[in-house]
Amino acid sequence: MRLTDLPAAIMAILGLTSAAFAFEIEERARYPAANPETELRIISTADRAVFEPILLAFQQQNQTISIDYTIASTTELMKAVHAEGEAFDLVISSAMDLQTKLANDGFARTYRSPATDALPDWAKWRDQVFAFTQEPAVLILSETAFPDEAYPTSRDELIELLRDQPDRFRGKVGTYDVRTSGFGYLMATQDARVSENFWRLLEAMGRLDTQLYCCSGDMLHDIREGKLAIAYNVLGSYAQAQLEDGGGYRIVMMSDFANIMLRTVLISTKADNIADAQTMINFLASLESRPDLVAASGLPAVDTDALQSNVALRPIRLGPGLLAFLDRLTRRNFLRNWEASITQE
Amino acid sequence: MKLPTVTRSIRTRLFLQLAAISALLSVALFLVVRGLAETAAEATQDGILAASATSIADALRSEDGEITLDLPYSALSMLGTTNDDRVFYKVEVNDETLTGYDDLPPPSQSPTISENTFATFYYRGDEVRMVSASRTVSAGGVPSNVLISVAQTRLGLAAISQRISAIATGIGLVFFLVATALSLLAARSALRPLKEMTAAITRRGPADLRPLAIDPPTELEPFVSALNTFIARLRASLLRSEDLIAEAAHRVRTPLATVRAKAEVTHRKLQKPEHKQTMREMIRAIDESSRSAGQLLDHAMVTFRTDSLSTETFDMAELVRETAERLEPAADLKDVTIRCTTPDTTPAFTGDRILLQSAIQNILDNAIKYSPDDSAIDVDLSVAETMCLSFTDRGRGFGEADTDSLKTRFSRGANVDDIVGSGLGLTIADEVARAHGGQLNITRNEGSQGACVSLIFPRQ
Repeated sequence: MRLTDLPAAIMAILGLTSAAFAFEIEERARYPAANPETELRIISTADRAVFEPILLAFQQQNQTISIDYTIASTTELMKAVHAEGEAFDLVISSAMDLQTKLANDGFARTYRSPATDALPDWAKWRDQVFAFTQEPAVLILSETAFPDEAYPTSRDELIELLRDQPDRFRGKVGTYDVRTSGFGYLMATQDARVSENFWRLLEAMGRLDTQLYCCSGDMLHDIREGKLAIAYNVLGSYAQAQLEDGGGYRIVMMSDFANIMLRTVLISTKADNIADAQTMINFLASLESRPDLVAASGLPAVDTDALQSNVALRPIRLGPGLLAFLDRLTRRNFLRNWEASITQE
Repeated sequence: MKLPTVTRSIRTRLFLQLAAISALLSVALFLVVRGLAETAAEATQDGILAASATSIADALRSEDGEITLDLPYSALSMLGTTNDDRVFYKVEVNDETLTGYDDLPPPSQSPTISENTFATFYYRGDEVRMVSASRTVSAGGVPSNVLISVAQTRLGLAAISQRISAIATGIGLVFFLVATALSLLAARSALRPLKEMTAAITRRGPADLRPLAIDPPTELEPFVSALNTFIARLRASLLRSEDLIAEAAHRVRTPLATVRAKAEVTHRKLQKPEHKQTMREMIRAIDESSRSAGQLLDHAMVTFRTDSLSTETFDMAELVRETAERLEPAADLKDVTIRCTTPDTTPAFTGDRILLQSAIQNILDNAIKYSPDDSAIDVDLSVAETMCLSFTDRGRGFGEADTDSLKTRFSRGANVDDIVGSGLGLTIADEVARAHGGQLNITRNEGSQGACVSLIFPRQ
């Protein structure tokens, strides 16, 4: 039983759900339009700094739409939409599996337009879930820990390095806590699905008192602070954006394989403002035609050619397969194995 | 109720019936194609569902006395390979949900270990197809019944079905059009013998009463044989009446000759001019009657002889001169000169000499009759692409009468009230000409008065 269910029930009874949310929000921002007529309510996992340029550009084109932008973690977002049925118009998340589950379980509205038809087949599912970015999971290496060109570029080399020099990296390796981060869980399960090396890597990391994080931002922060030497499975787009701000680390795209997460958007069946939600979908689906926004947000647009030029890039496929790791028994077993490996119990 | 006129045509009726049959067959084809294809598509979905359930069943294991499961990625991803349908599943152990969608309803028929069951129902707003598989798994030494159900919505199937329906409609339509076009051809081809027979009968001359010499299809044999019997009867009847006329004419002619002879004698004996005049008129009337009887005999002979044309070879120029000579006494009575112009050499002509003589004689006879006293009749024989025998007189012509109708029996010119005649002369000539593959032409004389009658025969 989820602890959050109780306050949600109380809120519902008191009729306060519109005023406050029963799920944990990280931040809520309002962008009033120049000539406000309608309001588009978005729940998203994307940080405000990352997404703001896109929202402002959207408002530039649509001057009557105010935007209410709520940021939550992938897990809390799922809780808000799936369990509590919050009335958001648009749901934007980096957790493809959870977005797929929302569509599969009937929480998404079907929409087709020339812009969505122009998306490649792998970038949409059921005409309900639409991908608008492709962001790799990368390895982050601190420049102080790896000053020269001798650094690992594949999981095999990383395992070897961690095994050979345990004292150098003890307490200085970080990764997602997959128990709390939906994105972390998605990346971990995809790693496990593709390669048995994942469990060996986890064993190696577990022996080194690996630090667990909720978000990529925190990991990058600790890398810059020198608390971490290695961060595994960091969201590449954030790392790239912050590299330009401060730096102090190296972004390594794994040469054996690099999972590509597709940031997806869907219109909720609870949406009040469907028309504006559709306008936003069209805007996001044609992100490739706005290189200025790609640069400003650091979110790479969907691009088939970029994937074909590097065979190590593996875009995670939208579809019912993603539901397998969301199965409660499978998830419990996976987390148990993960905990056993990372905590060495 | 009277049937509309279109259905009176055998071809239209045949075509409509064949078209109706092909329409029925097209609909049947459409239903069969769609039925088979949809069954195949459904079987494909069932197959993938069963494979998915089997894959999940194979992943079942026992751990610490409990049954557990790592849902294989492929078990669900395979369901997304052919379509974008929603997927639901549930795994139950001894009727308690182990994992999956709790509210997925149980199968209406329980599966056995060897046989999966399938069900179709509505779930979460869509029609779904569900497969259920059963396994027995040992957990802590106790066998447990595990029920695995995997369900998928059928929107992909509906899309396939729609596509198949469109294809089946196309096939049915093409089949119908081709079959209809073919039935049009079939109807036409089936009725071709009838058309050919009609043409054969239409082509015949009015006097052609020979039996039909065509080889009819079996179905038309009774009709053709009945028609031939009818023709034979008609022919016999016609011959009988011609015989009768000939006999009657013959019988009248002999007494007429006697009466004329007596009248001549009486004429010479008579003194009073008015009596002589009366007697002359009597003799003239007797002459006309005798001539008419002769023409009737000629006509009967022509009718008889054209049925079985005799073929002898002779010189047409000689025949013309000979016939003209025979008629000279009659021409002399009116001081009419007959001028024959023939080429030095004429090709031999093959035909019925007696008939041709009769035709020339009748035309000349007419010409003399209508020529004014002391005039000339020109008879010209010319041989070029055709053999043309023309008779030009200086008579009164035919007035305004239709030259074609003059060829029919007992029809006469429009200006002949004062001259006795039967109206058979040109009919005889026309029939003779046509019996020889030629024709009779009647024209007015250009410039001068009179008429020109020509017999034209094709070169042999």
